[in-house]
Amino acid sequence: MSARRTWLRWAVPLAVLPVLGLLAYGFRTDPRDIPSPLVGKPAALFTLKAFDGSEVSLESLRGQVVVLNFWASWCYPACYEEAPALERAWLRFKDRGAVFVGINIQDKDEPARRFLDQFNLRFANAPDAGGRVAVDYGVYGVPETYFIDRSGRIRLKHVGAVREDFLAEQIERLLAEAS
Amino acid sequence: MLASAVGSPPLPSERAGRSRRGRELPWRAGMAAAAEVLLVALALLASSASAAGPVDEDTVTAVAAELRCVVCQNLSVADSPSETARQMRDIVRERLALGETPEQVMAYFVDKYGTWILLSPPRQGFTLLVWVAPFAVLLLGLGMVAVLVRRWSPRAGAPAAPGAAIDPGTQARIRREVAETDR
Repeated sequence: MSARRTWLRWAVPLAVLPVLGLLAYGFRTDPRDIPSPLVGKPAALFTLKAFDGSEVSLESLRGQVVVLNFWASWCYPACYEEAPALERAWLRFKDRGAVFVGINIQDKDEPARRFLDQFNLRFANAPDAGGRVAVDYGVYGVPETYFIDRSGRIRLKHVGAVREDFLAEQIERLLAEAS
Repeated sequence: MLASAVGSPPLPSERAGRSRRGRELPWRAGMAAAAEVLLVALALLASSASAAGPVDEDTVTAVAAELRCVVCQNLSVADSPSETARQMRDIVRERLALGETPEQVMAYFVDKYGTWILLSPPRQGFTLLVWVAPFAVLLLGLGMVAVLVRRWSPRAGAPAAPGAAIDPGTQARIRREVAETDR
């Protein structure tokens, strides 16, 4: 009888603890923070027609560090916050072997061009009309930024607005690597 | 693609028909040629349908229903009205049209987004637990209930618990009070 009582005394906390542990773990993780399976893998190749009519092809950029930024004109405020940082970082690194490519997704032509004008963005920017490039990169939302190394591998994915110091730090790190 | 496949077969069989007509068997030759045309056309149609034919919309929906819409909270690509989901349905349709199986299309999305993109967790590895655990816990609970019910129910032949019988005085008082409230 007393043996059964002690068994019950332990059984209840033993049953409750794993549940509490699971809840503690579950509520602490951000359901929107999903690790990309693509980090470390070769970046999917694409060829897009840029807003200025030129052709943007990832393959032709092999050997350089590529910063791939997915954005949309309706993405306020994050895309509006990071646009000046991207332009400044591009200016800083464009002669040192880093290329910036902006990919405009789920947008309309006119507001997208207005966005480019508003921030006077001069690095390559192209619309991804069917969303194929976005899915190839496993894009969830905008803005998302991918850092591709000289050998064409995705090395880092950043979700949300990027800051200039973060861009500079990552680009320096990838530039320092031999191709 | 389809038009050229249907348009091309009559040429060789016309030639066959003409050569047989030269051997004075017009009726048979005609039938044989017609059968030949039909067979070639059917074979071509069948092969083009499996490789890159029109896609069954039900298959597109079935695949889309298994995929999580990336911009929504807990909605499938089939159910979401968002632009992203529409584009993802287009990609599903396009890949099926290229001859990929539904499994291959889903594998493509898993490759890009991880198993997160699947609305039902894969029935293998760690996520198998999600499928098995509820039933295991249910069985365990049922077992515990069975054990407890057996333990709590009085055993046949066991003496009645003390105090179960009410003494005559109390019984008389209960009768009296019930009668009073009834009045």
